[in-house]
Amino acid sequence: MIVFVQATGGFFSWEWVVNHLDDIWDRTVQHLMLTAIAIAIGIVISLALSVVALRFRWTYAPITWFTGILYTIPSLALFAFLVPVTGLSVLTAEIGLVSYTLLILIRNMVAGIDGVPPATVESARGMGYTDRGLFFAVELPLALPVIIAGVRIASVTTIGLVTITALIGQGGLGFFILRGLNLFYSPVGTTQIVVGTVVSVALAVAVDLSLVGVERLATPWSRRRATA
Amino acid sequence: MISFLGEVAAWFGDSANWLGASGILNRLREHIQITVAATAVSTVVAIPPAVWLAHRRIGGTFVVAVVNIARAIPSFAIVVLFLPISIRLGLGIGFWPTFLALLFLAIPPMFTNAYTGVAGVDPDLVEASRGMGMTDREVLTKVELPMASPVILAAVRVAAVQVVATATLGALVGWGGLGRFIVDGFAVRDSVEVFAGALLVAGLAIVTELVLGTVEKHVVPATLRTRADGVESVVA
Repeated sequence: MIVFVQATGGFFSWEWVVNHLDDIWDRTVQHLMLTAIAIAIGIVISLALSVVALRFRWTYAPITWFTGILYTIPSLALFAFLVPVTGLSVLTAEIGLVSYTLLILIRNMVAGIDGVPPATVESARGMGYTDRGLFFAVELPLALPVIIAGVRIASVTTIGLVTITALIGQGGLGFFILRGLNLFYSPVGTTQIVVGTVVSVALAVAVDLSLVGVERLATPWSRRRATA
Repeated sequence: MISFLGEVAAWFGDSANWLGASGILNRLREHIQITVAATAVSTVVAIPPAVWLAHRRIGGTFVVAVVNIARAIPSFAIVVLFLPISIRLGLGIGFWPTFLALLFLAIPPMFTNAYTGVAGVDPDLVEASRGMGMTDREVLTKVELPMASPVILAAVRVAAVQVVATATLGALVGWGGLGRFIVDGFAVRDSVEVFAGALLVAGLAIVTELVLGTVEKHVVPATLRTRADGVESVVA
């Protein structure tokens, strides 16, 4: 009933925000968890597929073709495909979220490793590095800036997509957007839509900036070169 | 699983699902119409200023900021957010909140892709054309625009595919389109309708990508084709 009394009121209610800080925090944590799991699994799968693509060049085209199709499928449709199979579950959300990270991550991993100067690879071989040692100790670290650029794009994209999983019963901050949609005629509803949107965007920016920090820590040599 | 797919096939075989205002054909028409309209308006709004600013080399930092922020804004949030806004503007539910959200989401990536396309033209080439005595206008129309054309076309394609995807969410704010089958199917827990709707939406997105990709291939000279590789696309 209160909802209808307020229907003629403003667009945003600070009171609602203050009364629901705990709720907002919980959903933010859930949002981050959904994102982190998707990115972690995405990185593992992409790394494996990138190794295959680098070892057997002819597989790169079909791999990007397939992950490109996954990337093209609208998210609501992809989740809808999965619901009859895996239900309204975290698993459904994660399969969809991981699918969207693959194209971005694989492209950057392959481009990053391809971008390692041939002279560096040559000298590493001359120093006696095995294939495996070369990959983990030389190529991967040198490709890190390009790989992390991919992880940044994938993370920001995933944080946005997590909101849609509200429609399949997950959603993190998307939960507020969906509940706000059902109360759109009242300030309580619009407030929730705005809170869900703003916090989700803020989360994306924060994660993006943290990854810039990770890159700086993980590639100290590029900092040294910059100051030299 | 097999029997489920049989039910989906039966759903597609039922002519009642194809005809009428809420049939596949009408929903497809709605979806294509709004996609064409939103892509066209976004193109007209985004590309000319992007080309001009890139030609003058103004606003590079701004462009980078826009592309990052645009990616961070969830399309679901924007579609929902435009519902109360549209109502307050007196435009009601359905078409307008969907259409405005589509423009809001399509314009920034289109702008930045077109901008980077023109700004990315080899500076030596621009320098050389100036040295040959081309006027500022000629440099733009005879060198920069043709060189950037693959990227600009790719920007339009990427936007169209994104619009197809986002328009699916219009069903949440009272609009039609193919998203209706998914949203209505969810509402009544009809997984056959949900799955059929997902097939239609995914099919339309992939067909849009393939058709516009083929158009690009025929329009763009072979020597310029690889330039479109760096175009940013967005999932919606």
